[in-house]
Amino acid sequence: MRAIQDLGFAVLRFVVDLGALTVFTLHVIRATLVPPWRLRLFVDELFKLGVLSLVIICVCGLAVGMVLGLQGYNTLVRFGAAESLGAVVGLTLVRELGPVLTALLATGRAGSATAAEIGTMVATEQLDGLRMMSVDPIDLVVAPKALAMIAVLPLLSALFIVCGLAGGYLVGVGLMGLDGGNYLASLQSAVDFHDDILGSLLKALIFGVLIGLIATYRGYHAAPTSAGVSAATTSTVVVASVSILIFDYFVTALWGV
Amino acid sequence: MSRSPVRDFVVGLFILAGLAAIAYLSINVGGLSYNGPGGLTLYASFDQTGGLKARAPVVISGVKVGQIAGIELGSDYRARATLNLDAKLALPTDTTASIQTAGLLGDRYVALQLGGEEKTLKSGDEISFTESAVILERLIGKLVHNAPGPNDKTE
Repeated sequence: MRAIQDLGFAVLRFVVDLGALTVFTLHVIRATLVPPWRLRLFVDELFKLGVLSLVIICVCGLAVGMVLGLQGYNTLVRFGAAESLGAVVGLTLVRELGPVLTALLATGRAGSATAAEIGTMVATEQLDGLRMMSVDPIDLVVAPKALAMIAVLPLLSALFIVCGLAGGYLVGVGLMGLDGGNYLASLQSAVDFHDDILGSLLKALIFGVLIGLIATYRGYHAAPTSAGVSAATTSTVVVASVSILIFDYFVTALWGV
Repeated sequence: MSRSPVRDFVVGLFILAGLAAIAYLSINVGGLSYNGPGGLTLYASFDQTGGLKARAPVVISGVKVGQIAGIELGSDYRARATLNLDAKLALPTDTTASIQTAGLLGDRYVALQLGGEEKTLKSGDEISFTESAVILERLIGKLVHNAPGPNDKTE
């Protein structure tokens, strides 16, 4: 009996959450389209979410590229196809690992921070203070953060991919002694602008929307206690990571990226 | 938050770096706008392309001089490939285009063998001498059929 009750409750909560998220999204869109535009806050968020994530993105990109180079070389050399290492590293990074890993890293680095920041504002009644001054907190606090996340993710993903390609080059050409021209030629002939690069950017953009909305939504609806802030941060990371991976499948299946 | 020119500058640098990465991926890796106008465009018909793909390289003596812009079925039901080449090339009219394979199982590419004619090909011309791809499976099939079996008596 209890189990059935719990199941019904879980389903209802999911539907309620989905509805609240939709209303929240429409609210953010309206705050974006209607002036005043918070350009200064937007730039500040670009700094916090983008520039401060730069080091982790570049280091991880380089490391992933180097691992791909090593694994790819060891596998390909058995079939005497080591010269197509560039294609393996390039396609893997551009199609999948670049956008997905960037989004996961950004969730951990920037998404959790965003949720915690907004959650703390809720807990310390700063958002209520804004409402008392008849300032819409979604316009002033939420929208710049969500938009900055959407704008930042394709840029970070592209930087991740470039760092990864450099890492693969480093291992393949520098360590394993492949021909550098061969690496680049196989990379260039395998990766297509329309099929691969545009799809990669589209994925990054969709992931940016997901992270931006989920992180700000979870923070905005956090319970006004320290436990509530920590729960909001945790659920941001969990929900965003899972939905990134699920959406990745559907984008890949629908657009054939 | 107060205005901070240094922070704005860093944000600008970050956006520039991101856009530069996107541009590098699009233009250099993705091959966008390589086949712009001004190049030498030639056509070649093949009986069998054997998996030649668009953007495959076109080489002379192993040096890349252009790429395949596209392949479609021509009016004579032969594969008609469009070659986008370096505009500076002066190719004789009896140039041969042959589809070759990089390594035993590698990617297909088109190699151009220059002839000895005085006249040169202009943009939009057709390369009349072509050599189709060699299909490895077909060669093996021929070999198997022609090979004497263990019970065959050779005369």
